[in-house]
Amino acid sequence: MIGMTLILKKINQLIVGLIFLYGIYIITHGHLTPGGCFAVGAVIAGAFFLLVLAYGSDILKLRKREEGSSVAESTGIFIFLVLAFTALIIVTRIFFTNYLPKGITGELISSGVIPLYNIAVGIEVAAALFNTFLALYL
Amino acid sequence: MELLLSIILGLMILGAIYALFARDLMSALISCGIVGYGLVICFLLLQAPDLAIVQIVVETITLLIMIAVVLDSSREELKEKKAAEVKLSHFRKWYVMNVILIIVCLVVLLYFFKEVTSTLDPLGKHLTRMSTAYIEYAAEKTGSANLVTGVLFDFRGYDTLGEATILFTAVIGVLTILRVKGKK
Repeated sequence: MIGMTLILKKINQLIVGLIFLYGIYIITHGHLTPGGCFAVGAVIAGAFFLLVLAYGSDILKLRKREEGSSVAESTGIFIFLVLAFTALIIVTRIFFTNYLPKGITGELISSGVIPLYNIAVGIEVAAALFNTFLALYL
Repeated sequence: MELLLSIILGLMILGAIYALFARDLMSALISCGIVGYGLVICFLLLQAPDLAIVQIVVETITLLIMIAVVLDSSREELKEKKAAEVKLSHFRKWYVMNVILIIVCLVVLLYFFKEVTSTLDPLGKHLTRMSTAYIEYAAEKTGSANLVTGVLFDFRGYDTLGEATILFTAVIGVLTILRVKGKK
């Protein structure tokens, strides 16, 4: 897939970083403000879509057998499972318990394991969407 | 608010009908976009910002992918005259029958819809014990200020685990079909 014109490439350079930062903002504040893991995955995947659409598929070196995105997808769901099984095996003997201290409701670092789950699933969704896009357009 | 909702819903229905009959595939796609973005405004009016964020992002991405597909192939609809004519004559033969059947179905559906809605509470008033308990105790039990995230990752944790697994499996299926080796 070939890229687009110079104007689109320049505007892309300005915008993609902002979109990515917005995704990271939503995911770190997922337990405080609206928007959870699935919305964030779509936003971050959208940033990568823009990059690939404007610059063509050469920019990410997509001709390899195994892309980084599929590794990221597996890593996301693996972190999710590890967090869930830590509660079962080490801490409380109950699957999926919130074992970290909860802190004060409304602060950035609060509510125990929930932000970590949020980040893991966000990575997984973003990588999954980007993976399907790459499979379509390679 | 119900008036505004019905206006937006009417616009969405018009957009969907136009998408069916549009000659140009690109304008059909854009009128499909009316349906998606109208749904975003409906979610915002019904006070569901989480859903609205997901819907607006997913709608944009879907539209982007569809437009890329249309730009890659062709903008015009393929013409299959003979099949369409056969179907049309078949339709005309059973014209009266079809109309009567549709009217009967509509009347039956409307009757049961009226019966059901007369016993339900109005929109937004929940009925079950569980949702009341969630709203009351979610903040202190999970420590999360956003109720939706608290329910997703604490009360309904297994649900989220299942969803993530389904997404993972679906992408593995897509990659199996569309891999580089299979394309050649």
